[in-house]
Amino acid sequence: MKRVYVNEKWCLGCRLCEYNCAFANSGMTDMVKALNNVTINPRIKVEKANGISFAVQCRHCKDPICVRACIAGALHLDEDGVIRIDDTKCVGCHSCVMACPYGAIMPSQKGVMQKCELCLQNSSKEPACVKGCPNHAIVYEER
Amino acid sequence: MSDYVIIGNSIAAIGTIEGIRKVDTTGTITVIGNENHFVYGRPLISYMLMGKTTLEKMNYRDLSFYDDNKVETILGVEVTAIDKDKKQVALSNGSTVSYKKLMLATGSRPFLPPMKGIELVEKKTSFMTIDDALKLDSMINSESNVLVVGAGLIGLKCVEGILSKVKSITVIDLANRVLPSILDEKGSDLVKASLEKKGVKFILGESIAEFTSAATATTTQGKELSFDTLVTAVGVRPNTQLFQAIGGQVNRGIVVDTLGKTSIEDIYAGGDCAECFDISCDTQRIVAILPNAYFQGRAAGISMAGGEEPFDQAMPMNSIGFFDLHIITAGSYIGDKDIVLDDENNYKVLFTKDNKLVGFIMIGDVQRAGIYTSLIRNKTPLDSIDYTLVREHPQLMAFTLKDRQEKLGRSH
Repeated sequence: MKRVYVNEKWCLGCRLCEYNCAFANSGMTDMVKALNNVTINPRIKVEKANGISFAVQCRHCKDPICVRACIAGALHLDEDGVIRIDDTKCVGCHSCVMACPYGAIMPSQKGVMQKCELCLQNSSKEPACVKGCPNHAIVYEER
Repeated sequence: MSDYVIIGNSIAAIGTIEGIRKVDTTGTITVIGNENHFVYGRPLISYMLMGKTTLEKMNYRDLSFYDDNKVETILGVEVTAIDKDKKQVALSNGSTVSYKKLMLATGSRPFLPPMKGIELVEKKTSFMTIDDALKLDSMINSESNVLVVGAGLIGLKCVEGILSKVKSITVIDLANRVLPSILDEKGSDLVKASLEKKGVKFILGESIAEFTSAATATTTQGKELSFDTLVTAVGVRPNTQLFQAIGGQVNRGIVVDTLGKTSIEDIYAGGDCAECFDISCDTQRIVAILPNAYFQGRAAGISMAGGEEPFDQAMPMNSIGFFDLHIITAGSYIGDKDIVLDDENNYKVLFTKDNKLVGFIMIGDVQRAGIYTSLIRNKTPLDSIDYTLVREHPQLMAFTLKDRQEKLGRSH
């Protein structure tokens, strides 16, 4: 399956991926309205230190520990290889946060958990972070 | 007659079914469970009481799960005995089921120490199952004064579940602090203070000397308590009786290897009834947590069906919250203790030994805790990463370029 991969040396640390993620998952059609005066809570996060930067989001592991750790059966590995969360079943216990080795699951504004689902089910239809990356520091491909 | 018989219908059982089906898509599977419910995550019961989930949403798998996996279920029935020679189990409804391979996913049961006069108390329950939670819910109202015996994980989650529904809650525990199994003293103090702010009363370092009526008790130090509803959450015991009765090897829990095999041929075990090898302290012990039950069950299921995928990464880890205060802990609290953060709302301690992270406690800010968990699980040498960075915040930046490329540039 196609996943998002990082080319760290090309990352400018501009955080456009974070904004595009937040917009794509906002359910809104106007980026200005979606993001103006909003503290964004994206599912992709840029790490920056000492002149190095790179974006981190769910790796969509083939044998995901987060899914095994979920007490609610809210996280599942779908047949297309994407790990999705049913936020109506999630109780916000943070067991997935405890388990994810990449630190790629975080609380949403609703108090339950959120994670990258590759934008396949929102209006972007493919990872908005990758589409908007000006320098190909993240790519969406088979590896 | 069933190729695979599983005693128990909780998380280890589901792991077993999924493990079996990974290898064998046609063999017959029978699950025998004593609770008359579709499989649910036990820790959800407190969330159900506080309205964060509902009975209808608590199913751990899709409602078509048993059909999809061609599993026959026998629910609401106890297994009364195993006949290892005839390879069959006897049920409380008088029938028997034969097996080729048997899985013991029997879990644990509440442990109730003898307490004088407890028979006088009418409104009482333990807090382990959906039925316990429903019973408790039916017993309480906004005028209830609840006494909870036990300030561990189960007792305090129960407190969180019902606090907004009752008039008062008093928690009593012989231990002198809360959550002693997962927190150190400072951590316990922080959590206790946050619950006290919500109105929970604690009596620690004491136990119930005697229940003097249906609604009164005296403590070991002579305090008089009045209540109308009692929750007992003192501890649990692994359900090893069936296996012990046929001479199987049991220490604290059923002894199994990393493939889930017990000392008796064709009998496997996993989950809260079984032991495992805790890699964070190199000790054989029971690690009664949900993910462990799944992994042990899955490993057992795979080997029951003829495959081999050992589960050899067991260790304690707990994620638990009380209202808005989250707690994530993992591993063992041995070696050097490094208090990284200690303020009114946050607490973070790392435990290192022999150049490895072996345990941690995070209270408050728990973001990206899984990065610490993975350091323990992978026994990552701390001199191979930027420990100063990772100590401050869990982050992938602390790894070498090569490791980062491996993590973020390849499929896993």
